[in-house]
Amino acid sequence: MPLVLTEEQSMLRDSARGFITDKAPVSHLRQLRDSGDADGFSRELWKAFADMGFTGLLVPEQFGGSGLGCVEAGVVMEEIGRTLMPSPFLSTAVLAASALSRGGNEAQKSAHLPRIADGSMLAAFAIDEGTKHRPLHTSLQATRAGNGFKLNGAKALVTDGHVADLLVVVARSAGSAGDRKGLTLFLVDPKAKGVAIERTVMVDAHNAARIAFDNVEVTADGVLGEVDDGAGLLDNILNIGRGAVASEMVGLSEEVFGRTVSYLKERKQFGKLIGEFQALQHRAAQLYIDIEITRAAVLKALQALDADIDNAGTAVAVAKARAGTTATLAVQEGVQMHGGMGMTDQFDIGFFMKRARVCQELLGDSNFHAGQLARAKGY
Amino acid sequence: MTDLDQFRSETRAWLEANCPPEMRKPVVNDDDVFWGGRNTRFASEAQKVWFERMRDKGWTVPDWPTQYGGGGLDPAQAKVLREEMAAISARPPLSSFGIWMLGPALLKYGTEAQKAEHLPKITAGLIRWCQGYSEPNAGSDLASLQTRAESDGDDFIITGQKIWTSYANYADWIFCLVRTDAAAKKHDGISFILFDMTSKGVSTKPILLISGKSPFCETFFDGVRVPKSHVVGTVNRGWDVAKYLLQHERAMISGLGDRSAGRPLGQIAADSIGADDQGRLDDAMLRSQIAAFEVDEAALASAAERAVDLAKAGQGHPAFSSAMKYYGTELNKRRHEILMSAGGIDALEWESDRSRGGLRPRAWLRTKANSIEGGTSEVMLGIVAKRILDLPGA
Ligand SMILES: Cc1cc2nc3c(=O)[nH]c(=O)nc-3n(C[C@H](O)[C@H](O)[C@H](O)COP(=O)(O)OP(=O)(O)OC[C@H]3O[C@@H](n4cnc5c(N)ncnc54)[C@H](O)[C@@H]3O)c2cc1C
Repeated sequence: MPLVLTEEQSMLRDSARGFITDKAPVSHLRQLRDSGDADGFSRELWKAFADMGFTGLLVPEQFGGSGLGCVEAGVVMEEIGRTLMPSPFLSTAVLAASALSRGGNEAQKSAHLPRIADGSMLAAFAIDEGTKHRPLHTSLQATRAGNGFKLNGAKALVTDGHVADLLVVVARSAGSAGDRKGLTLFLVDPKAKGVAIERTVMVDAHNAARIAFDNVEVTADGVLGEVDDGAGLLDNILNIGRGAVASEMVGLSEEVFGRTVSYLKERKQFGKLIGEFQALQHRAAQLYIDIEITRAAVLKALQALDADIDNAGTAVAVAKARAGTTATLAVQEGVQMHGGMGMTDQFDIGFFMKRARVCQELLGDSNFHAGQLARAKGY
Repeated sequence: MTDLDQFRSETRAWLEANCPPEMRKPVVNDDDVFWGGRNTRFASEAQKVWFERMRDKGWTVPDWPTQYGGGGLDPAQAKVLREEMAAISARPPLSSFGIWMLGPALLKYGTEAQKAEHLPKITAGLIRWCQGYSEPNAGSDLASLQTRAESDGDDFIITGQKIWTSYANYADWIFCLVRTDAAAKKHDGISFILFDMTSKGVSTKPILLISGKSPFCETFFDGVRVPKSHVVGTVNRGWDVAKYLLQHERAMISGLGDRSAGRPLGQIAADSIGADDQGRLDDAMLRSQIAAFEVDEAALASAAERAVDLAKAGQGHPAFSSAMKYYGTELNKRRHEILMSAGGIDALEWESDRSRGGLRPRAWLRTKANSIEGGTSEVMLGIVAKRILDLPGA
């Protein structure tokens, strides 16, 4: 498959870009942050996202979505990355939609997917527990009780967990931390007894929560996929999410790079545009090359996910690892080349640096994914 | 026992007896730093006691002459004191731009009257100074600064704008670069002048940093009247003073980051990430990044020590502080990238009590300025290429 966007995908990109740059430039995020908005995103824009069909991109057509793939989700994420628009797209339209459409039974799908597609339901995916992303170390306990389960434990960095109408929770129903066997996914009502949600204000002014589960009862209907055998499903959901976050980082990197190159063409010191200094020219050229290489790796991974998801793991690891290092480099160079200006809150560049840090951590940082690659290659 | 050994054991005993336990903990935020000044407040009784005891001994600035309130220590003794303080993680009793920057310049270029007036107030923490160098259009190209000082009898009338002036809103006095000869070549018409921030015509406007804190300002001068006797060095030769001061500033900045204090970085990481059954940090990639960092950090510490000793032996290169500034600040940025990586998800919280108000991410963001303030990394490398390597066209 050619590693370029198809005509339809390019059109999707253009409409996403048009909408997002118009309605949600970086000043939108700044305003939400400064006003201490309770949701941390705009419900009105989410509704508009639904009307444009974005919320249902990954929802199969029979459930009201457009049944498109990871490349298309990546196209939208990249545009989100350019303006840092806070939106439940990743949590709801990517992670939860994938979990439901890949792991759900008919009843679960028809209960939830149409509502994701029409924008009326928000959902969050609760995976991380410790300091770092370590899916197999999941230790939130699911113990059998009656015909269902009881959940005990805590989750962190649950994107949009503070506004979710539905939680997809990864729990350990057997085995111990580190085991592949014994993972089960559950659908949990955030209003259920024993669920305590704390919104965490994040460095990047995006949205996340810590969620504690204290003897939360889930019936058998709440099991998503196979009991004890959720690892395969989990891998696929996570890999789709990783591809999406990598795309966001590509958009973010390109935007920071673009702004930085513009500054090199504007700012004068020593009677010259600073872009005339070869020391900066070479670094800008290196960054350009870095971004181009990462962009290719990310598109490769997205296509691999759409073509054969069970064998896309290494391509995704490469993409997420690269996207993390590229975005880190892009924001560091961005701040440095703006001099004192780059250090001010008034200037947008710091927002990109903060978001890049969170994206790096989301669903595994560059070290994690390089480690995954090493393991996959058998060393 | 040599004299120096004697000095060491006395110093150790004195510090043991006089440094309060609270002052032996790593500095975590700006409250832990005592900056002195007219409007200063001590954050704690321990901070006050520690400052006063050190001040009375002359050890707020151990190597300045005793007549200015310094300790009169020779370089070897000053090094011993530094080592003994580091050994118990004693905090500096007083931090100030007066100590790090202005003082050395005054000692070299100031008149006796200027030294007698200003140095004792620095060592006693009575006056807090800020640095008025950068302007909106004169950052890296500092010598193109435009703030004007016009002659009016015995005074200069100063008009213009500075930017990025750290703590200008808290400072009592400013050391400032102004243009006293608009017709001369850019390096030749600059003077280095001191004035009170409460002078008529001075105003400041804080600028918010990406760390969410606001330690620097835009500073405006609207016809500020300053006696000509406040010029340090020769009128129109202020660039020499400015550059000399920058050497000290750069040496100071290169040492930022609590090198010896606190737990080793790898152990901090293991606290949050965990260790395997053999005690190794349970993240092989991060472990090797930290180890590589620590190799560089230890080597830089040696280089910093050697730089001081070379200077003392008269073998130092005046531009070497630029090399140290470059390396030290890039290293400190690396340190904080590692800390963010080690802190993972927990280090992304910005306001919670659990994160102590986002201490770690805010500190991380603040370090991004280290390679900008006091001259950017690019400017430092340019200076090394030109002044040390003598490269053509550099
Ligand atoms: C936190 C902080 C505190 C500060 N405190 C003070 C203070 O107290 N007092 C004070 O006077 N100033 C202070 N400064 C200002 C600081 O000294 C300047 O920001 C710095 O000198 C850079 O100037 P600039 O911001 O104008 O960047 P610019 O000079 O515009 O630089 C922009 C970019 O161009 C690069 N560049 C410029 N020239 C060249 C070249 N010839 N070759 C290659 N690259 C080049 C720079 O390295 C940088 O990456 C502070 C700055 C910060 C961030």
